[in-house]
Amino acid sequence: MTQIEAGMTHDHGHGHDDHHDHPAHLGHHWQDSTQQFEAGKLGMWLFLTTEILLFGGLFVAYAVWRANHPEIFLYGSQFLDTFWGGLNTCVLLISSMTMAMAVTLAARGKMVAVTICLILTLMGAGGFMVIKYIEYTHKFHEGLLPGMAFYDEPSASYMWLPLDQQGREAEAQAALLAEQESAEFAVTTQRESEMPAAPADAEVWTQPAAATGPEGFTDSKLKVETSELRMFLPDSVIAKVEDSKPLLEYAEDHAPGEHIHLAHPLQDPERPVNAQKFFTIYFLMTGLHGIHVIVGGIVIVWLMVLTMMGRFSREYYTPIDLGGLYWHIVDVIWIFLFPLFYLI
Amino acid sequence: MSNHEHGAVDHIVPLKMLVGTCAALLFLTAVTVWVAELDFNIMNIPSMNLIVALSVATVKVLIVSMIFMHLRWDRSFIGFIFVMSCILVFLFIGFALTDTSENLPDIIPGNTPDVQLKLDALEAATAEAAAAPAHTETQGDDPDH
Repeated sequence: MTQIEAGMTHDHGHGHDDHHDHPAHLGHHWQDSTQQFEAGKLGMWLFLTTEILLFGGLFVAYAVWRANHPEIFLYGSQFLDTFWGGLNTCVLLISSMTMAMAVTLAARGKMVAVTICLILTLMGAGGFMVIKYIEYTHKFHEGLLPGMAFYDEPSASYMWLPLDQQGREAEAQAALLAEQESAEFAVTTQRESEMPAAPADAEVWTQPAAATGPEGFTDSKLKVETSELRMFLPDSVIAKVEDSKPLLEYAEDHAPGEHIHLAHPLQDPERPVNAQKFFTIYFLMTGLHGIHVIVGGIVIVWLMVLTMMGRFSREYYTPIDLGGLYWHIVDVIWIFLFPLFYLI
Repeated sequence: MSNHEHGAVDHIVPLKMLVGTCAALLFLTAVTVWVAELDFNIMNIPSMNLIVALSVATVKVLIVSMIFMHLRWDRSFIGFIFVMSCILVFLFIGFALTDTSENLPDIIPGNTPDVQLKLDALEAATAEAAAAPAHTETQGDDPDH
């Protein structure tokens, strides 16, 4: 698609003296707008090259560490949430699209639409950082930290408890729950005994079982079973049934085959040696990328201000185009980071 | 001059094409996530999953650079710069990997001394806490005692 700008003063400026009618955006040392634009673009691409090489160093570290110790990466990757990573990928891709749209609209001279697109792009940058914040605070809380900090006691005390103690706490909670339920049960049976007996041919109505979980072990069925058993079974047997209750409830809430429990690495006997290296390279690479997202956000704000000040026109929108290139390279880096960390 | 070919100062990418590109990229993201779940080890190629994931990522980067970053319509010299930087990164990775494959992966087997010190200290602290639970934590936490 070609678009010829008929009204441009510099359209055929090649060769003739343009001192008297050169546009305000054109530096005096440029022949015409195209030359200025192309030079700026070349400069921006050279800068992007240095960015690629900057991240290249970290990619080398990643490659060497992973080649030597693939088990560390397999293990560490379990602690990253693919959902957040995937969502961040989508956020960046969409913001990349709105940035490219801003460039297109700027070339068509629709500056209000450009501002809207830049605001959307900025929201993408903000959204990305919010998601990163959620991920990072989660890691900090659980002590999944880079370097030697990995071996400090995490602030999340429940994660820090030895595995069997975690289990005991869960049991204690379940026992408390069972206590409350049996008290309730006592009240209802008392009430029921005051009522007239049901006719012998009355249908027994039970709540339909929940859709998830193994068949026959749903909470509602368990309630019925224990209430029936309670009449003639010794307390110790009933206690056993009650004990298994949290497990059954858990099975009801979670699909079979779902990865349920991840022990904190320091409490996990399966932890590979030097597991902290995964988090070191994770924080280094995503951290440097995050800094680039912040810088990109600042650039977008600057572009927004200039657009609203009316500095750009269809003849001159070079900063929007070049800022866009920067924003896209941030996206390009993330496209590689996402599978390398989240999808191992 | 190439003014007629370039329009105003540059080629303009239609909005529809941008939306389509973004849709393709989102689709490829879904593909990578889906493919990561599969196990390619049946084909007896180690790290096949990694190769597949990086191939999809490369396709995505090509789409982003060609359309969003406008390389398809730019001078080929700019594309050359971009490709060269990627080749340099690959060289960097390649040489680093060939070098590291000539060396022992573990100079110090097991934990390094400083990591081991930290782990020992943690173990001691845990044992201490377990030995004297009465005055460190509330008794309600521990139903066994």
